[in-house]
Amino acid sequence: MAYEAVIGLECHIQLATRTKMFCGCPAEFGAAPNSNVCPTCLGLPGALPRTNRAAVDAALRLGLAVGCELRPVSEFARKNYFYPDMPKNYQITQYDRPLCEGGALPVALEGGARRFGLIRIHVEEDTGKSFHPERHGDRPVSRVDFNRAGVPLLELVSRPDFRAPAECAAFLTALRRLVRWLGISDADMEKGHLRCDANVSLRPLGQEAFGTKTEIKNLNSIKGVEKGLHAEIARQRALLESGGRIEQSTLLYDADHDRLAVMRSKEYAHDYRYFPDPDLPLLVVEETWIEDARGALPELPWAREARFATQYGLPGYDAAVLTETRELADYYEDLARGLDGKLASNWVMTEVLRAVKEESLTLAAWSAKVPAGRLRGLLAKVAARELPGPLAKQVFAWMRDEDGTVDELLERHGVRAQGSVAELEPLVVAVIEAHPGPVAQYLAGKTATLGFLVGQVMKRSGGQAVPQVVRELLEAELARRSGS
Amino acid sequence: MSAPEAWRLSATALAARVRGGELAVDDAVEAGWRGPAGTWEAEVRAVVHADPAARAAARPREGPLAGVPVLVKDNICTTDYPTTCASRILAGYRPPYDATVVSRLRAAGAVVVGKGNMDEFAMGSSTEYSCYGPTRNPYDLDRVPGGSSGGPAAAVAYGLCPLALGSDTGGSVRQPAAFCGVLGLKPTYGRFSRYGLVAFGSSLDQVGIFARHTGDLAAAYAALAGPDPLDATTRPGEAPDVSGWRAGVTGLSFGWPANLWREGVDPEVVGGLEEAAARLERSGATRVTFDFLPGEYSVAAYYLVATAEASSNLARFDGVRYGFRHADSADLRALYTRTRSEGFGPEVQRRILLGTYALSAGYYDAYYLTAQRARTRIREEYRAAFARCDFLMMPAAPSLPFRLGEKIEDPLAMYLSDIFTIGANLAGIPGLSVPVGLSRAGLPLAVQMLGPEDGEPVLLRAAAVLEAGGEVARLEGEDTPEFAWPTKR
Amino acid sequence: MAIDRAEVERIAELARLEIAPERMGRMATELSAVLEFVAALGRLDLARLAPSTFAPAGTPLRADELDDRRIPAAEALSAATEHDDGFFLVPPIVENVNP
Ligand SMILES: [Zn+2]
Repeated sequence: MAYEAVIGLECHIQLATRTKMFCGCPAEFGAAPNSNVCPTCLGLPGALPRTNRAAVDAALRLGLAVGCELRPVSEFARKNYFYPDMPKNYQITQYDRPLCEGGALPVALEGGARRFGLIRIHVEEDTGKSFHPERHGDRPVSRVDFNRAGVPLLELVSRPDFRAPAECAAFLTALRRLVRWLGISDADMEKGHLRCDANVSLRPLGQEAFGTKTEIKNLNSIKGVEKGLHAEIARQRALLESGGRIEQSTLLYDADHDRLAVMRSKEYAHDYRYFPDPDLPLLVVEETWIEDARGALPELPWAREARFATQYGLPGYDAAVLTETRELADYYEDLARGLDGKLASNWVMTEVLRAVKEESLTLAAWSAKVPAGRLRGLLAKVAARELPGPLAKQVFAWMRDEDGTVDELLERHGVRAQGSVAELEPLVVAVIEAHPGPVAQYLAGKTATLGFLVGQVMKRSGGQAVPQVVRELLEAELARRSGS
Repeated sequence: MSAPEAWRLSATALAARVRGGELAVDDAVEAGWRGPAGTWEAEVRAVVHADPAARAAARPREGPLAGVPVLVKDNICTTDYPTTCASRILAGYRPPYDATVVSRLRAAGAVVVGKGNMDEFAMGSSTEYSCYGPTRNPYDLDRVPGGSSGGPAAAVAYGLCPLALGSDTGGSVRQPAAFCGVLGLKPTYGRFSRYGLVAFGSSLDQVGIFARHTGDLAAAYAALAGPDPLDATTRPGEAPDVSGWRAGVTGLSFGWPANLWREGVDPEVVGGLEEAAARLERSGATRVTFDFLPGEYSVAAYYLVATAEASSNLARFDGVRYGFRHADSADLRALYTRTRSEGFGPEVQRRILLGTYALSAGYYDAYYLTAQRARTRIREEYRAAFARCDFLMMPAAPSLPFRLGEKIEDPLAMYLSDIFTIGANLAGIPGLSVPVGLSRAGLPLAVQMLGPEDGEPVLLRAAAVLEAGGEVARLEGEDTPEFAWPTKR
Repeated sequence: MAIDRAEVERIAELARLEIAPERMGRMATELSAVLEFVAALGRLDLARLAPSTFAPAGTPLRADELDDRRIPAAEALSAATEHDDGFFLVPPIVENVNP
């Protein structure tokens, strides 16, 4: 029997706020263990939460970007369960009345773009971090660090609309681009800024009703999501095909061994006893706040991607690469002003991105070094055929290490491009006269010999002529001779 | 007046002498310890943490409460004393921060002189459920001081200090105040910060004040009330002005829901209530009689909401970050269950179980949600009452102080001793217990007055009238009537 | 509504409490008595009422600024029974077991 997978995702996005969700401790990563803690995030007796406006604002921005319905009055709730990295043994989250509901995320797939529906997005606090297995003396222990406890998270729950692991991977890629684009998260999966759990069930193809689902936790990279889902789908299919039944359960994906482990849990383990947090009055988001957030929303990545394709005449691939981050898209658009869009795109996608990667720079650091305007000066000369390709690349290399305009760099390095017709004309004439054989072949219709003649002119120019210009001058001169 | 008698002074008179240089701070702070504590403390056992060095470290000479000694209930965080909620699970725990009410007390010049005994985690009405053993009532050492703030109430009654802080989730300030013959105020929910008050039922908890004199209550209220950025549930805006507490009650009306004490209330309690009402009428107040929703509904709603919140609030006591940890905790499950089963006393465990049940899958709607709806009904009942009167009068407790051990084996009977106080917590309104004399057996008699939200000024005006026997002008400085001190027998 | 021993066991498990077998029967009886008492709420007409909640004023929102309430690590750890090298120590967490 053929089966179809039904997958829903639950993503946790760690927000890049300065302070934690419910206290004024730094939300930074990498401090000494248990040094970014206070009575509130350590769950000391008597301490109380106080809500970070910036975290709510981040949720609003994401909600607006994906077209959620925003609740003017939402509610914080407590999710009760015991775990050593949870200071209060309950997590402050949202349950009955989340901040954002509905909406959809546009995702580029091989067959074209698709919108994957969302159920909700809400704000909550993160847990601390535990390290295990470890030893203390001769005993096995776990070590707990509460620096991350209370860092703001958004939880985003998708509809069960995915049918293949690749769709999930594409969705996460799109989500990562979006939250970075909005500046609300670094979304580095390796650092746990973006975490993903998945619900998976199988059903016979054509059947409407869902099968029994399992939950996979620990899908901590985009590749891991794909591999973990493939493993679980294979496991369920094998079980169903051998006449077995799927047990509702939670599994942990072990990426190192590409293995799924079933969580052992006692019978009543998942009664979270949600109830409204009595320490936090209702979260009220006024209309003006929503309007301000909407007004401050940048052009969204998918819109910009589409506009790049039409406005600059770029292939879809180029538009996608250039809108990978907002900084890159901004750089490209600044650079492309007054230039051919594809020329600018080629330079960004090859030269700029290679340089950024080689030097391990952020795009912001790159932009400080080689502002788009400066690079535009170089490309303008390329477009005006004043610089040959190899020389333009040489100038680009100088730009990476030195100050100055294109002309200043050329002068500093004692190089000048032989670009003008007046400079090249004598060389063209000389080459034609020195190579009557190839000239005759060309005039007889064997146009391939033109390349040889261009090469000769380039040689005489010391490689500093622009080949396209040489080619055109040669063609014009040869045409004149054949016609006379 | 010589220094050793300073413990008899009201807090405001004491502070005035300290500010004026007539009384050394040390004599002000230590007066209660050197005097009445020697007579009483060994038997009453109101104090669970004391530290002469901590008392000596504070030397305030300024502020409305300059040099005033204050006993603070053991569930309010202090950096200079342990804060253990009278529970084994917090044995020896010393918080790294002061509760907001404690910082405000200190800022007003008061000195924390120790921590007061209580029922474990404020769960009880007799101060018998304490890991330190019970506190006894100074008016009769065989009887309970009420609870859960029995230690602070008893300490104020016998003279250790003129002011004390308690907490009131279902009557834990007003009922022990009534049993110990002192004033006990539970403010409007959100008027006092809960930051640093170890949570029991977060939507019901309020810090409250014990005092012997209305003027001291007003001074302490003014020092403590007001919004706190550290507690999202404090009320925004300025707290009401209570400086007019001597204005009398002429023109005020009080509600008289006599159906509430038609049965099940000690006749002497009813007698004290009648007498107080008559005194208020003689002073110009008018009585409005109407029926009120029976208190059983409040008790029922309360024991679901309070325990549900408590079951979650007390989850953090797990032996990981602070407090007691069971020595035999080989795995996490053992760490949790052994630590909590040995760390919490039986009443706390009972309430955690009840609250866990009320929130658990399949029961949430029937119990927790129903209780919250009933709470709305109870609030409406109070709102309707305050449309007809300025404040309500009713008993603080249905009985006189009961004997130690009398109710300890019967949780439900213990719960019902809060029947008159719980409503104010459910509705978030202020309540004040005022002593009105002694019973035939020499036990304190008290009445309770309830006001609408932010109705503290009216409650204090009525309390002053009762304290002064109708002659409010007497409550000026040295003319203040002497407190009805307990005598040792 | 009566609570039986199995129910007490279930909620004790959720609350991470261990009720000694000899106390179990009594606990069930006491809790049942309280639940019988709270059943009185059923006599109130509550259908039209919303569950009680906070005033609609809304939770105050804090600016995203660091404050000075942090506790040094040494002090944070000092209240714990077991800590080492900056970390709180607990019995080993087994990844796929609910503690
Ligand atoms: Zn913190």
